[in-house]
Amino acid sequence: MERVAIVGASMTRFGQRDAWVRELLAEAGAAALDDAGIRGDDLDHLYVSNMASGEFEGQTGVPNALAHDLAATPAYTARIDQTSASGGAGVYAAWQSVAAGASDCTMLVGGEKMTHRTTAEATDVIASLTHPVEYKHGVTLPSFAGLTARRYLDKYDAPRESLGKVAVKNHKNGVDNPHAQFRTEVELDTVLDSPVVADPLRLYDFCPITDGSAALVFCPESAAEAYAPDGNYAVVSGIGGATDTHVVHERADPTTMAGVADSSDAAYEMAGIGPDDVDVAELHDMFTILEFLQSEDLGFFEKGDGWKAVEEGVTDRDGELPINTSGGLKSKGHPLGASGVAQLYEIYQQVTGNAGPRQVDADTGLACNVGGFGNCVTTTVLEGGA
Amino acid sequence: MSDDPAAASDPDAAGSEPAFEAAAYADGTVTYPPHAVSPNGAERVGTVDLGEREGRVVTWTTSTATPPGVRQPNALAIVEFEMGDGYDGPPVRAIGQIAERPDGSGEPFDVTVGERVEPVYVAGLREPGAGVREPDSQDWDGFRFRPTEE
Repeated sequence: MERVAIVGASMTRFGQRDAWVRELLAEAGAAALDDAGIRGDDLDHLYVSNMASGEFEGQTGVPNALAHDLAATPAYTARIDQTSASGGAGVYAAWQSVAAGASDCTMLVGGEKMTHRTTAEATDVIASLTHPVEYKHGVTLPSFAGLTARRYLDKYDAPRESLGKVAVKNHKNGVDNPHAQFRTEVELDTVLDSPVVADPLRLYDFCPITDGSAALVFCPESAAEAYAPDGNYAVVSGIGGATDTHVVHERADPTTMAGVADSSDAAYEMAGIGPDDVDVAELHDMFTILEFLQSEDLGFFEKGDGWKAVEEGVTDRDGELPINTSGGLKSKGHPLGASGVAQLYEIYQQVTGNAGPRQVDADTGLACNVGGFGNCVTTTVLEGGA
Repeated sequence: MSDDPAAASDPDAAGSEPAFEAAAYADGTVTYPPHAVSPNGAERVGTVDLGEREGRVVTWTTSTATPPGVRQPNALAIVEFEMGDGYDGPPVRAIGQIAERPDGSGEPFDVTVGERVEPVYVAGLREPGAGVREPDSQDWDGFRFRPTEE
């Protein structure tokens, strides 16, 4: 099996954008081609990570539209939908295409256009991933977060403030990310006094609704030097994907995300590393509680200790294990299909030493992209190539 | 027990009130909602009505940002049913709205973690067609939870 490298990356500004999904995808795609020094017709495969362009704006067939817009025809295309984990699933598909030898050059573009919908409508489109017995009760992803946060705080005797500190940390990191939706720090009191969204969680415990796109270019490691003679490439040293139950209440332990544990076990094994070898991580902080659950289920901290790491500053940008140096979904924003791709964009910048003011000392980075409420997960490990 | 899901979900066939239908499998496990096979892959052998069983609140929330056609705010709980000493499968749980007080205020009951609750049938939990889900693709009636009278 070929080892696979990433030799180009881009992301658009995340936030409220006038552009529609096709335009967002083309913006990120063209920039990534440029970053890799190639043209559309160099691509053998072109994947698009997107959850719901049909539901959000009535535009389907986006991979073919993108291939035409970037003059990438006759590249093979496919749309990858794994709800909020569409980006990570797209990384898996792109990696697979090169690792298997089916493609010598693959681009993945993730994107979503959401902000033209009201919060209620966007929440409903996302909640349509739930089982009928959940959907009919009006269950939403934020309500799962509230249910789980209450259980977590109670079970592990964690203070409510610890969740707020995740938001404070990630907003602080986002200040230095020119692509982020929010580039302002927030005070802990602001988080704790914000309106209740799903008790005990409040507005600042949740990521915003976002438009945006991100892209990555993949090739065999043996060809990476040709695309990136300066050594600015990263190697996908490990990747794993896994699912958990569709129905959230059927899980043995509501505070454990088995899909995170299973996908990271596979990624660590492929990379030949363990959680202690990870220098920087991007986690799927769609809700603050998710950063605790993932940091534990990835093996960074003991179960029930994730909140202590945030309290002690371990996950700060200057801490022992920086988490969400990009600002995370919390401040960067969460355009569903783009998020898992943008996580890898950040890790790519970190392990190639190009993260600018956000740079930390990192040879090995990890991204964990979660769909549903842990329903489907992809974990990817990147190592600097040079 | 019946192995015909349609019989249990048809109010006329099942009696005065639809069943709160869980599935029973050959390996002795019960799940709500029913699946094609048990968590260990065992075949379905019948159904269990959870409607007459009590349970305890595992956790709860009050969601204020609700989608179209859903009451606002929407109090929700995950409830674990008491399945009796003879049952040794994985916990049988359901998620559901917390019932409104009978005083006409529209306010839901307050519940706490560990509190005993019982299901109460509601013909319409959410307005079909207001959200993105196709109205004919699923049921819209079901069971809320209210504290038991101690």
